[in-house]
Amino acid sequence: MFKKLFEGLKKTRDALSLGLRTVLSIGRDLDDETLDRLEETLYTADLGPSATAMIEKARKAYKLREIKTTDDVMVFLRKEIEDRLGERSELELRGVPPTVVLMVGVNGSGKTTTIAKLARHFTQQGKKVVIGAGDTFRAAAAEQLQIWADRVGATLVRGKAGADPAAVAFDAAEKAATEKADVLLVDTAGRLVTQAHLMQELSKISRVLGKRIPGAPHDVLLVLDATTGQNAIQQAEKFKAAVPVTGLIVAKLDGSAKGGAVVGIRERVGLPVKFIGVGEKADDLEPFDPKEFARSMFEGHTP
Amino acid sequence: MFESINQNLQKVFARFQRGGKLTDGNIQDGLREIRQALLDADVHFKVAKDLIDEVTNRAVGEKVIESVTPAQQIIKIFHDVLTAAMASDKPLVIGQHGPTVIMLAGLQGSGKTTTAGKLANLLKKRGRQPLLVAADLQRPAAIEQLKVLGQQLGIPVLAKTGVTPPDLCAEAIPFARANGHDVVILDTAGRLHIDEPLMQEVAAVKARAKPHHVFFVCDAMTGQDAVNSARAFHERLALDGVILTKLDGDTRGGAAISIRHVTGAPVRFVGLGEKLDQLEEFHADRMASRVLGMGDVVSLVERAQSVVDEKQAEEAVTKLLTDEFTFEDFLFQLRSMKKLGPLKDVLAMLPGGLGAQLQNAPIDEKQLDRVEAVICSMTREERLRPDVLDVDRRRRVARGSGNSLDQVNAVVKQFAGMRQMMKQLKSQSGLMGKMAARFMPGMSGAKQHKAQVIEEMRKKGDLLRAKRKMERDRKKQNRRRR
Repeated sequence: MFKKLFEGLKKTRDALSLGLRTVLSIGRDLDDETLDRLEETLYTADLGPSATAMIEKARKAYKLREIKTTDDVMVFLRKEIEDRLGERSELELRGVPPTVVLMVGVNGSGKTTTIAKLARHFTQQGKKVVIGAGDTFRAAAAEQLQIWADRVGATLVRGKAGADPAAVAFDAAEKAATEKADVLLVDTAGRLVTQAHLMQELSKISRVLGKRIPGAPHDVLLVLDATTGQNAIQQAEKFKAAVPVTGLIVAKLDGSAKGGAVVGIRERVGLPVKFIGVGEKADDLEPFDPKEFARSMFEGHTP
Repeated sequence: MFESINQNLQKVFARFQRGGKLTDGNIQDGLREIRQALLDADVHFKVAKDLIDEVTNRAVGEKVIESVTPAQQIIKIFHDVLTAAMASDKPLVIGQHGPTVIMLAGLQGSGKTTTAGKLANLLKKRGRQPLLVAADLQRPAAIEQLKVLGQQLGIPVLAKTGVTPPDLCAEAIPFARANGHDVVILDTAGRLHIDEPLMQEVAAVKARAKPHHVFFVCDAMTGQDAVNSARAFHERLALDGVILTKLDGDTRGGAAISIRHVTGAPVRFVGLGEKLDQLEEFHADRMASRVLGMGDVVSLVERAQSVVDEKQAEEAVTKLLTDEFTFEDFLFQLRSMKKLGPLKDVLAMLPGGLGAQLQNAPIDEKQLDRVEAVICSMTREERLRPDVLDVDRRRRVARGSGNSLDQVNAVVKQFAGMRQMMKQLKSQSGLMGKMAARFMPGMSGAKQHKAQVIEEMRKKGDLLRAKRKMERDRKKQNRRRR
């Protein structure tokens, strides 16, 4: 499992490492210029304001002579990122099935593909999975999900194109309850957080699920595109205001050299990353390990 | 979309305004904050640095200018630099002869398929005969999606299975020629710029189809990595344009500046919504104005003109000046305003950072809908003679429009207030402006700015009327001469 994570993060690591190597080649002793270049390196990994904060902290520590060499600063920064990412947080199934997971996100973040991967994650464990095709807006979204559901061995509940997504969600909850499924995954149409009516629709879908299955949705996962910049934080905040988001899935992390925005999200919005998407195949989804992520970023540079 | 840069720059420039002339000190302070604002807006680190350097150089050179405030000076310089950073030197020309081939490429989820539909729709509206080619053979049901879009738009879609994308795209051109299409839009699969086999494939599509234009479709929310993906696509495909999607979100959109900077390819179109007609041409100068907090008044005025039927508006004014104000008039105003687009969008175009201030104010679009529903539930008699609305009638209107009696009463009261105002204003000019200012709900703190904007719109309308009158007079004179 770690091998895949390792490969998935290779790009993240390479991007950071590449920058670090140039920075490090300047010399063993730390100086202000090196810190500036480290800031640039962290910034281009989409760490955003967190990058500035970390470098400022490092600068203080350097002035107080707490850190002296480039090795020290690597250890220092890795620790900073680890602290900001927090503890590992996994998606747990509850004792009484079905566990209902609602998937939300902006357009094109990778929700549908991620649902397929998540379904596969559970079917592989021998769980019975029902998927609700709640994206009734985008043309052929249900068809896309049908193909995936067939591939990964899950049951799909779908409505007509343009149907009320809350109604589809209810039907899916009905099916999951009567067929005693272990997991119900509910897809939703992508929506930008500025569309107030669509955000309200999301709240409605969430409420409707709770009407059929008490306590549902048990998890609401926000799917983020790893290449997204600082807008990721706005997304996390706004979705959290509309539905009780419990965690993140960072998609397309293999392609991005980055994904650093997750550091800021954990820090500012307090949402843990549950999974990361590291490839295009159905089993390219891995539970997220903050320590491993931070370690991979500094691969070869810290003990 | 650039509100957030906007907000920060407002703060920076507010400080400049308090100070005297530009000094090295206050330039540095201001520039540091501008840099931070650019970075927060996802402008690439190095690009932000380049832009700041350019502004610094020019600012130092222009230090001697008297009689302008430092803020104005910086704003002007920064405006020029940003406009230049985004502007296109050549307009987009879609060929007149033979099928013009446009290829769309980009990362997964950037919005290629939707954009293909929107672009085809836009060109169709301009009298073209587009053909859509479903060359995304990777994503499940992508072909299906494009077919559905094609059906909705009444635009043919060429789709095939069991072929490679380069073969399909090469085939599409003789097919288009044979079937009388003058534009061919190739929707290719999304791919990662580091995925070597797929990047080779997209290069092969270009080699075989020989497109006249290659557009990079990019999510406006993209962060620092925009530079890397754009550069990689540019190396393979020699991009000559960018389509920025999802710009209706609250992203700061700095990717637009970065991509132009590294590829030289200008943004040609922007996607502003999920509907198939929400694709607009990109205006660098307006965007720069917006970044700087000068508002996008030009866009607002143009939009207002395109949605309000001028003849009808003129009639309404005349009517208002001669007759009583009725619910029918109220409804017309309401609907004209709604046509401008979501209030939030309209607000974002207002100058003076007003839009930014109102970003967080709860603007209830539904309030407009409610008022409209109430009026629509009235009989024609009630609309024209509001005095007949007694409790029984109001109760019926409440039931019909799904509102409470209190809500209906509130609407009638609001209307009575406006009617009163109308009486007072009758002889004055600027009637429309003041009325409209009064009608926008949830904006009481912003009346002044708004009145200004609407005044501008009105003036523009007046100019048009004046121009027409001049023409009429000239014709009259000509007739007399004959």
